[in-house]
Amino acid sequence: MQVRVQNEAFNLGEEANNFARGRHDLGAIVTFSGVVRDDSAGGLQGMDIEHYPGMTESALKSIADEAQTRWSLGDVLVIHRYGRLMPGEVIMMVATAARHRKDAFEAAEFLMDYLKSRAPFWKKEFTSDGADWVASKDEDEAALNRWQ
Amino acid sequence: MDILYFAWVRERIGIPKERVETKAATVADLVQELRAREERYDLAFSDLSALRVAIDQELSDFDAPLNDAREVAFFPPMTGG
Repeated sequence: MQVRVQNEAFNLGEEANNFARGRHDLGAIVTFSGVVRDDSAGGLQGMDIEHYPGMTESALKSIADEAQTRWSLGDVLVIHRYGRLMPGEVIMMVATAARHRKDAFEAAEFLMDYLKSRAPFWKKEFTSDGADWVASKDEDEAALNRWQ
Repeated sequence: MDILYFAWVRERIGIPKERVETKAATVADLVQELRAREERYDLAFSDLSALRVAIDQELSDFDAPLNDAREVAFFPPMTGG
């Protein structure tokens, strides 16, 4: 299992290729990547991602640990960036490897649902109208219920 | 005890971190002490339903005891992913 919290961009293709490499017992690999989305028709100038150093890493690790206890996984990777990002840039990725796809898909969804509202990251959007913190959504909190 | 603020809580209070001497028994008691200090604290903590708290880097509740907490952090609901 690997968890990385970093400012630098990462190469999604390279990370996906290297993930679970050489593990011939794992027949299914799921990767998800989150991208900076412009909801203002070209008006988004950038996004700042703030985090809580220390707690971020431990929260991500415990979410990944929980995924490994719930599903039969061969490996888990979580990478999440912080700092200033531009529209279209990759913010984060998760990858899960399992013998079969059901475990890999479900674990990836679980990781994303928890990471959205239980890992200490906060997004601030910059547009020509100014800067605004992105509000959490009720549906993100509701998404956790199905895993209870 | 170190108190940390993130996102708009940090912006409203104007600092990311401070050290306080407190005998507050719970997070709620600590919040009361902070609110009594200055208007910027009072405003930042005016709606606790819009805030989350972590004690020693673990998510917690406002009625949780502080015991020997070294670090308490206040922030809005998280928006990762």
